[in-house]
Amino acid sequence: MKLFKALFSIAITLALLWALQTKFGDAPPLGKFLSPSDGFWQNAESRDNLRSETLKLDGLQGKVIIKYDEHNIPHIFAENDHDLYYAQGYVTARDRLWQMDIQTRSASGRLAEIAGPKALDIDRYHRRMGMVYGAENTVKGMMKDPIIKLIIEAYTDGVNNYIRHLSKRDYPIEFKLLDYAPEESKPINCAYLLKLMSETLAGGSDQFAMTNDLKKFGAAAINDLFPDYPFHEDPIIPVGTKWDFKPLPIPKPSAGFIAQMTDNIKTKELAPEIGSNNWVLGGSKTASGYPILANDPHLNLTFPSIWYQLQMSSPTVNVYGVSLPGAPCVVIGYNQKISWGVTNVDADVLDWYQVRFKDNSKNEYWYNNKWNKTTRRVEVINIRGQKPFYDTVIYTHHGPVVYESADKKPKSGAGNIPVGDALRWVAHDESDEFMTFYLLNRGKNYADYRKALTYFTAPAQNFIFACSDQDIAITPNGKLPLKFRDQGKFILDGSDPANDWQGWIPFDQNPTVKNPPRGFVSSANQSSTDPTYPYYINWKFGPYDRGKRINDLLTGMKKATVDSMRIMQMDDYSMRAHDVLPSFFKYLDSSKLDKDQLKVFHIVKKWDMHFAANSMGASIFNNWWLKFYDMTWGDEFYDKKMLLNPPSIDRTEELLIKEPDSKWFDNINTPAKETCADIVQQSFIAIADEMLHKYGQPGEKWEWGNIKDSHINHLANLPGFGTGPFAAGGAGAVINALKGGNGPSWRMVVQMGPQVKGYGIFPGGESGNPGSFYYQDLFETWKDGKLNELLFLQSPDENPGKIKSTLILNK
Amino acid sequence: MLFLIILILSFISGFFLPWWLVAIMAFLAALFLGKTSRQSFWSGFGGVSAAWIILALLKSIPNDNMLAKRVAQLFQLPHWILILLVTALIGGLVGGLSALSGVLLKKALKT
Repeated sequence: MKLFKALFSIAITLALLWALQTKFGDAPPLGKFLSPSDGFWQNAESRDNLRSETLKLDGLQGKVIIKYDEHNIPHIFAENDHDLYYAQGYVTARDRLWQMDIQTRSASGRLAEIAGPKALDIDRYHRRMGMVYGAENTVKGMMKDPIIKLIIEAYTDGVNNYIRHLSKRDYPIEFKLLDYAPEESKPINCAYLLKLMSETLAGGSDQFAMTNDLKKFGAAAINDLFPDYPFHEDPIIPVGTKWDFKPLPIPKPSAGFIAQMTDNIKTKELAPEIGSNNWVLGGSKTASGYPILANDPHLNLTFPSIWYQLQMSSPTVNVYGVSLPGAPCVVIGYNQKISWGVTNVDADVLDWYQVRFKDNSKNEYWYNNKWNKTTRRVEVINIRGQKPFYDTVIYTHHGPVVYESADKKPKSGAGNIPVGDALRWVAHDESDEFMTFYLLNRGKNYADYRKALTYFTAPAQNFIFACSDQDIAITPNGKLPLKFRDQGKFILDGSDPANDWQGWIPFDQNPTVKNPPRGFVSSANQSSTDPTYPYYINWKFGPYDRGKRINDLLTGMKKATVDSMRIMQMDDYSMRAHDVLPSFFKYLDSSKLDKDQLKVFHIVKKWDMHFAANSMGASIFNNWWLKFYDMTWGDEFYDKKMLLNPPSIDRTEELLIKEPDSKWFDNINTPAKETCADIVQQSFIAIADEMLHKYGQPGEKWEWGNIKDSHINHLANLPGFGTGPFAAGGAGAVINALKGGNGPSWRMVVQMGPQVKGYGIFPGGESGNPGSFYYQDLFETWKDGKLNELLFLQSPDENPGKIKSTLILNK
Repeated sequence: MLFLIILILSFISGFFLPWWLVAIMAFLAALFLGKTSRQSFWSGFGGVSAAWIILALLKSIPNDNMLAKRVAQLFQLPHWILILLVTALIGGLVGGLSALSGVLLKKALKT
């Protein structure tokens, strides 16, 4: 009996231990996660965790000295390039290991391995879009280049050395929550990061919706509503810039394309306003007489930050800036001689081709008047707690047929992916983007900048440049397909070779401008050029608003300083309000408003058109404009049965300002015939009533900062690991483009000159550990619109007062 | 006495992996030193809870309890002290049951 009792008690104890060691659903294994010996308590860092230490690491060739400053930013001093990139991998892994792991998993379609069946659809999407296929091609290109092979392998070794010596108790907290272990990195992981950037910045598509538009409304209406050049524009390359090259012959449109666009044959979604700003003010307009460069790329804001700040120095290079955790080199930054930055181009580098299969076996498809063989690629997706899933993807010469039949498509999401079409995407091609950054990091002058750009494939970026020799320049740059006008605006017929990409725009003929007479260069995702540029890049770009405001401000600037640039990065003046409100006021009949509506009207009437945090006018205008847009297009372009693409903001503004009697203002669901004035009136009354109902009488609750919901979430949206909501100014179409969880992910200003001086800030911190004092120590500075002076050391022993600790790595 | 031994052993095992070493410590301590079931259970419970609270606080106080606050929010607990109490409770249950098993086995072996 006693023995039975003892065994029973032991069995219960073992069962308890098993339960506490096992993951149930989304909850972590509780015993493992809460125990002080290997649970989350181990991740709680003390304030002074930055102890100086010396480590011996295999694989190093010499000695590396790493100085950590007061923000935990590493300044690496290596004796050779191999050790420099090895150390970059090592320190990045030390701060950001989980982020590196999850980014790679996401890009390579391996989330289900750790998250189980709920991640299968997203994994299949990434596999079927050819992310793995593209990364395999890219890594081939990178490894052919001996310099890039060396730095990628060194970086990977550095990461792996850190992982190999990492105790389980020191695993980043996310590994403990999700109950899995870090795995060793491979060179292809660097390529996955590039694919992820291409997906974010050049992976959207509205071709499917545009094709539906064409079917529903006909070519005449679509040509009118979706012009190839906007009404309001101020292009990146200044109007009137001469093209001093002899262009290649432009491919002829295919016969099918012409028929589609002239006959009335019945045959990813609207991009959100994400983008970025950069500009350089030439020496003639600055107080110091040397150029000042500014850049703020807008991306999804997350903790840990998408960027990792560092300084990298070896006998061949000394550069400061931000890197992508998981990839070598500095992506945006400066050295003693040059500085550079990027914004997204929005080039059309992703096209869909309709495929005609011979039969249901889908072994052959019709192209160039004959049957051609398809190939197949089997994607094996491992799923936690289940058998692996085998997904076969059919490829034509264009690329993967992402969803060859409707049943392959997930029930939600992927709405903008057409069924039965092959994907031609530049991100599938062999490429060598890191060479661009390798060369820019070491660049000394304009010629070095131009050479570096020739290596860049995707996602195409507006590379802006300034150097101490006074040269300034900007180049919308990437590998851009040679196309006929509007090729890829709609889904293309995949059987006609004339619809294929016919080569590439030569790199030296990508639009570029050096030292323009106006004394500055800038970009904010608007059209690359005016319509005189001989090649076709895309039919639409980001809205002109930010670019126009930047150019207006820079035009008026004299004796500018770093602080003038900082204030400009925080500017929240709305060009849209500037363009739209006079017409709104013209058409609104205030005598028809009731007392409360009138109060609302007076607020917006007196508004200074700044999207400031405490502005009520901004909230009213924003709602009014959105409602006006919705009421104009909702009746025609909202269709439950098919995905349609409504006309652009720019075209809507043009209708409002120039074509108030347009038939598009008529609400087809009412017997009355509405005009622009009716829609202005109705949309105002609707939003005034909505806001009065929702927020009561105008007051604090109406303030823009409280309405627009700014926040920064943890990369896995873990509650408590982000900032929570905070009040801040800014909006999608103003320079300070902070909206929701998206906005300036790194603000940098660099004053060139004999002594270069950099300033910068990102929302977050260097450490990816939510239990570190450096997890979000830079956030408040960023939120307040301030910049930190960056510590750019010329030698490891310089400025010891700013150094908190030293890490020495020895072989 | 048993309480103190378990507390010290649990504290030391907090520096080693895996975390369930603590169960073996409590089990062995009670196997050799346990008297009654009740005394062993509560010594195990109290010893491990106390050791875990001390170990957790040693990490958490220099951290300004920042991480504990975040994890409490993740578990939808209103205060970080509650995540500490949950930790103590789980440690206590493991310690208590292990010690109880130890003393019961001792009794079974004696007869």
